[in-house]
Amino acid sequence: MANDFTPILILVGLAAIICGAMVTLSWVLGPKKVTPYKSSPYECGVTPSGSARERFPIKFYLVAMLFILFDIEVVFLWSWLTVFVDPKMGSAAADLNFQVFSFVAIMVYMLLWIIGDWYVLKIDAINWDEEAALDAAKLGTVLEPLAEGDAA
Amino acid sequence: MRLNPLHTPPSIDWMVVSPVLAVSVGGVLALLLAMFRPKADNTAVIWTSLLALFGAGYALVAQLPLPEASTFGDMVYRDRLGLIAQLLIVISTAVVILFSEQYLRARRIPFSEFYPLALWSSAGAMMMVSTKSLLMVFIGLEVLSIALYVMAGMAKQSNRSEESAIKYFLLGSFASAWLLLGIAYIFGTTGTLNIEAIAGAAVSDNALVRGPLLFGFSLLLIGLLFKAALAPFHQWTPDVYQGAPINVTAFMATVSKAAAVVTLLRVLNHALPLKDFFIPALTVVAMLTMIVGNIAALAQTDVKRLMGYSSIANAGYLLVAILAHVKSPDQVPVTTTLFFLVAYAATTLGLFAILTLAAKDGKEETSFADLNGLYHREPILAVCLAILSFSLIGVPPLAGFLGKFLIFQDAIVAEQLPLAVVLAITSVISIGYYLKVVRATWVDEPQGEISTRSVLPGGAKFAALACTGIVVLLMILQTPVSKFISGSGQPSAPLSASANAQPDR
Repeated sequence: MANDFTPILILVGLAAIICGAMVTLSWVLGPKKVTPYKSSPYECGVTPSGSARERFPIKFYLVAMLFILFDIEVVFLWSWLTVFVDPKMGSAAADLNFQVFSFVAIMVYMLLWIIGDWYVLKIDAINWDEEAALDAAKLGTVLEPLAEGDAA
Repeated sequence: MRLNPLHTPPSIDWMVVSPVLAVSVGGVLALLLAMFRPKADNTAVIWTSLLALFGAGYALVAQLPLPEASTFGDMVYRDRLGLIAQLLIVISTAVVILFSEQYLRARRIPFSEFYPLALWSSAGAMMMVSTKSLLMVFIGLEVLSIALYVMAGMAKQSNRSEESAIKYFLLGSFASAWLLLGIAYIFGTTGTLNIEAIAGAAVSDNALVRGPLLFGFSLLLIGLLFKAALAPFHQWTPDVYQGAPINVTAFMATVSKAAAVVTLLRVLNHALPLKDFFIPALTVVAMLTMIVGNIAALAQTDVKRLMGYSSIANAGYLLVAILAHVKSPDQVPVTTTLFFLVAYAATTLGLFAILTLAAKDGKEETSFADLNGLYHREPILAVCLAILSFSLIGVPPLAGFLGKFLIFQDAIVAEQLPLAVVLAITSVISIGYYLKVVRATWVDEPQGEISTRSVLPGGAKFAALACTGIVVLLMILQTPVSKFISGSGQPSAPLSASANAQPDR
């Protein structure tokens, strides 16, 4: 068991030594002439301007989160489809059991996923009009307490 | 390597998964209803949620006499410990939902998604306690936590609520990472995700197996200790409890804690060969938790924050019960832990139901001064609040006393005298701060107009009264409740046998 991993360990060790040597040697041997321009942050080769700590719209996070939804969906769908279209997996007979079972399972998953996306659209999460985003119902200014004695 | 060509779909025992299924599908339905609800009317959503919880509760009770079973390829496991814990989770969630609506309205939180999120969160908690697979523990924990992060931050106008959500999210994901790394190490040494394999690997002579196993097991424990808010992994608790809306705090203090504690109990129960390793460590943790929780609570001036420290202290008591059980599993039954959890959940839920009074006009004030004069406005609730506080102190005829007494007894039986002594001393210390709550309600007169605000509506009043009733009656009902929890007298699956079951080794 240990022998299986020996080459990998050697590879890791060699990589560490070579990379470490390259970085250390260029740091030790290289000339060090510091100019203000050199020590400024790298911003795609352009002279940096302004602070990096700016406020930016929270919508970006929303997009990222929705992207992850789609991303995960593709991860699942792709891997499932790969085995679904070729259920033989090299054996003689196609596996109907597996096809039916996995199809139902993935449909349940897709249903939940669609409900989630539907919800996102329905509540205007990606509608960036000022009017929709600042809707009174969303900000909680229209709610009044229930009358006394109402249930729950 | 080739995948198994002829795949056999796992045989599924739908009965075993029906409670979790009922709760999570109920959550989906509640979300759909919330999408199409008439503006600002949550009645249908609430009733759907309660119905789903009732269905789950029914499915759980119906399964109590059935033998242990597992399904979905050993991913879901049914035994009495899991069923009772799930029942506790379901009932706690229902109580939280009962007193949520009026509170959310009073705080102007237009977030009907609270109900589906609460259901999904408790579905996660139910998954956690009804499995022997570490992967399911992790998934359950994440489902539980991610919904909780959102719920903690749902009071968008309140900075404290945002602070609570961010802190809980960052620290919680950090703790999840520890848990996951621990699971990875355990998987690496045992080759399976089943908890039962830990015991087998622990007695191995191979140092390459034992070392990583111990390491992984410690990481796993850290993740669970964090979730149960045990010192030194408790620092998030006061801030998160204080900032989150009260109904979410109640949910965290009961459902989330019950899930973590029961999972801890299950994991430790299946790692008894590692006893010499974890009992000393957890003894220190338990002492530290009781001392830190109770002493820090003395300095608090905010009731919610105080309840945060109180929940830390109670987690310490629970850990004493667990330790007593794992030290001598044959003499000390596992019942005590669950009994104390029931008493603690009833007391905490009742207290938080009364505290929802604090919300008005989108704000919420929960300092001691805001409780002043409660007995003018709501004399019955003031009595309830006093009873619940006395129960938390451990005054004799109440549930809290019985719970602590049983734990004390267990600790003595298991020869853990230091833990018993610390428990007794810290209980005495706790009088100091619980009495402050009582004094704020009954003795201190309000300055100016009475600051405790709206009148408690039906749902919350019912929740508070029911919880107080349980707290008062639990002493009388001790024998039937213990019997119900342990399942003794029923031939099929008595708890002691199932929880102590050790794999052959």
